[in-house]
Amino acid sequence: MTARNRELFALIPASLLLTAGFAAVFIQRDDLLSDLSLTYGAIFLALCLAAHLVLRMTLPDADPYLFPLVAVLACFGLVMLYRLDEDFARDQAQWFVVGLIVFTVTIVALRRDHRILERYRYVIALGGIVLLLLPRLGSPVNGAYLSFSAGPISFQPAEIAKIAIVIFLASYLRDTRQVLVVGARRFAGITFPPLKHLGPLLAVWGTAMALLFVIQDLGSSVMFFGGFLALVYVATNRISFVVIGLGLFALGARVLYAVRPTIEARVDAWLNPFDPDLYEREVGGSYQIAQSIFSQADGGFFGQGFGAALVQLGDNPPLLPAAHTDLIYAVITDELGLLGAVAVLLVYLLIVQRGFKTAMLATDSFSKLLATGLTVVLALQVFVIVGGVTKLIPLTGVTLPFISYGGSSIVANFILLALLLLVSDRARREAMAT
Amino acid sequence: MNAPILKLFVLVLVLFAALAGMTSYNSVINADEYRENALNQRPLLKQALVKRGAIRARDGSLLARSVRGDDGIYSRRYSPLARRFSHVLGYDYALTIGRAGLEKSRNDELAGAGTELSSIVDDLSGKRQVGDNIVTNLDSRAQQVALDALGGRRGSVVALEPATGKVRVMASTPGFDPNALRDPQTFTRLNREDNSPLFHRATQAGYAPGSTMKVVTAAAALDSGQFTPESTVSGESPIVVSGVPLNNFSNAQFGSITLTTALTNSVNTVWARVAEQLGDGEMAKYMERFGFGSDPPMDYPDEQMLPSGVYDAEQELLDVDSGDVDIGRVAIGQERLRVTPLQMASVVATIANGGMRMEPRIASRIVDEDGRTVERVEPEEAERVMSEESAAQLTQMMSNVVREGTGTAAALQGIEVAGKTGTAELNIPQNLNQPWFVGFAPRSNPKVAIAVTLENIVGAQGGIVAAPIAKRVMESLLR
Repeated sequence: MTARNRELFALIPASLLLTAGFAAVFIQRDDLLSDLSLTYGAIFLALCLAAHLVLRMTLPDADPYLFPLVAVLACFGLVMLYRLDEDFARDQAQWFVVGLIVFTVTIVALRRDHRILERYRYVIALGGIVLLLLPRLGSPVNGAYLSFSAGPISFQPAEIAKIAIVIFLASYLRDTRQVLVVGARRFAGITFPPLKHLGPLLAVWGTAMALLFVIQDLGSSVMFFGGFLALVYVATNRISFVVIGLGLFALGARVLYAVRPTIEARVDAWLNPFDPDLYEREVGGSYQIAQSIFSQADGGFFGQGFGAALVQLGDNPPLLPAAHTDLIYAVITDELGLLGAVAVLLVYLLIVQRGFKTAMLATDSFSKLLATGLTVVLALQVFVIVGGVTKLIPLTGVTLPFISYGGSSIVANFILLALLLLVSDRARREAMAT
Repeated sequence: MNAPILKLFVLVLVLFAALAGMTSYNSVINADEYRENALNQRPLLKQALVKRGAIRARDGSLLARSVRGDDGIYSRRYSPLARRFSHVLGYDYALTIGRAGLEKSRNDELAGAGTELSSIVDDLSGKRQVGDNIVTNLDSRAQQVALDALGGRRGSVVALEPATGKVRVMASTPGFDPNALRDPQTFTRLNREDNSPLFHRATQAGYAPGSTMKVVTAAAALDSGQFTPESTVSGESPIVVSGVPLNNFSNAQFGSITLTTALTNSVNTVWARVAEQLGDGEMAKYMERFGFGSDPPMDYPDEQMLPSGVYDAEQELLDVDSGDVDIGRVAIGQERLRVTPLQMASVVATIANGGMRMEPRIASRIVDEDGRTVERVEPEEAERVMSEESAAQLTQMMSNVVREGTGTAAALQGIEVAGKTGTAELNIPQNLNQPWFVGFAPRSNPKVAIAVTLENIVGAQGGIVAAPIAKRVMESLLR
């Protein structure tokens, strides 16, 4: 069977999931089947098929599982959002259309050779940094500068910037990885990279630190810096570089912890979520993380069922704040239980596996590093938000890719998927040719 | 570069395993603890989303029901009749001040906490989960008579049906309006008020029982086989008990008199001698059988019930046979003995029921929303306290009290009443007394057993103040 036929078959579970999910929400709500919402479902499936046709024409040899896995997540996210609020689901469906258009445009533009991106690496890097600084023009939300509003559209530039930075790093490290290794000096038992190439790396570290200081977004910085370290490690195979990087990051985070009260509050809320004072605190308290945990505790092994989680009662303040964005994983655990939550994690893990597989198949360094970097930032994004929601690490606001409500997240992650598929198509074709 | 990529994948696997681990901890492993966390209102909210069952008096009149708010949350509304039953009924404001009384003890039925399976079936059949209704044993008319008779004075009346333990009357004054507690500030204010309107005197107040305790002593004397109603004991006064002189009321002198006479005239020295002769072990045995020393086995929250018994200075229950207790004075209701009106009602109900103590029950039937009886609350035997023969002898002695002794004010037209008065002297310089009457009627086939007491009444005698209240309530219940 060809790769694309496998993809087509793999889309069947996604469509079944969507149908079953909507049915479950209807049963729970005790409503008559609404034509309108079924139409949304049908349109969504048609869109998936359209994207499949685009891939069939443009990237015939690309990995057959990546797109269906993403479609499963997206369908699932749509059902969850529909269950929370029909308006969210409608907006999200519209963003999916935008996301798929951007996805198609990216593929069509780069299908001849995605390595053309290397030529623009400094422009892309600069663009990424500018994007990150944009929210600083606005006002902070919960102490962090995360989103930028232009008229009615508000978007989170960190989502796009993460891709820009990965492209830059992949290209830069392809250039310098040899000299980084060859020129390395051992000092006090630790291997240090050569000084003249240290500059740009320190610049990346500086950027991550600056992110922390300027936009005060711990989640995004962890994502960027983690992606950076992963790429340095893959490019040089030197664990010592990673250790140095982690040390520098820890240093920066420690300084920030001492300087910025919002970060300290986050950590306090993480360590003592059930402290009554922190729980009652209006801003920067532990109410959100405590409610997240209570919600998960309601789920148990099998969950309470679609639509059964307590999220909001009438016009009262929400019991579970940001249920459609940051805390959507808590709602999933509540309604589908440990079983459903772990299933979602497994889907992400499969995507990560396909991403790394693509990186390993790729023949040129840039493509390898690009696929690795994109996969790592995706994995880290899942880790940062799910880890935050489950109290493994302090809670910071990033989206759960393809599931959380949010236009910039959908668009950015579709670009990420397009790049992975571009790398995959070339790599698999070359692998088959040899 | 493939080796580091593989290692990176292993790292991602480890990170995701940690995520799955934390999710398991939150949703399954430690879930019970999180569900019980004091900050977690979800279990209460879930109950508040279910229509809570109504509570009704014995005659079916409505006491409490639930109404649905715009946000889907149900809240409790109490009927005007509920004001009579404020303490025994309690309240359900789970999201603010909590629950109390029957609303708390019968929460599972009222909230419809059915089995997991039945709720899944309900889900599939599209049936909304609802709580069950409760019909109580409470008699709203007799309850009002009790409240009227108490007349705003601090005190309590408890009336039980001896054969079944059904609670007919459970009054505590002053009371409160359960609807007013919807405002948590009212709750805070009432909690601070001097006459403690939220305090359930029938089950929580530890009062000195005075001479009503002689009924317990008499039961021990007769059932132990060491005494009969005709046994004679010297009633001289004063005598030395535990090294301290003990007087009869008005220091009255009696010669060698029978136990029947000693109960009819409430002769302190006789009953003190009887108890000393029985010994603290025997007295402790019978007190325990009557239910002293533990919470009454009633369908009511434990934290709203006080075990009756001898309390030390630290408010801890003392063992009656520990050797530290002046058993002669316990026998006549002095010493550090503290009893609840419910305990004393249970004592006389046990005698009325031929020596078998029944568990008191407030609820009578659990009824589903369609009016079908789901569960009938059956009478439960708690313990045999004494033989039927001893109980019959004691009944005979107690009917003398009402016929010709201190309790004549409790006598009913054409119905023979058995009883015992008590007057605990709380503050002799100020002449503050705690008057009591305990008893039951009709003597041959008892339908009601009652305990009446009032707090701190100047110069009051049980036979003069408490006995007439008992008479009115018994009349209402027997009519």
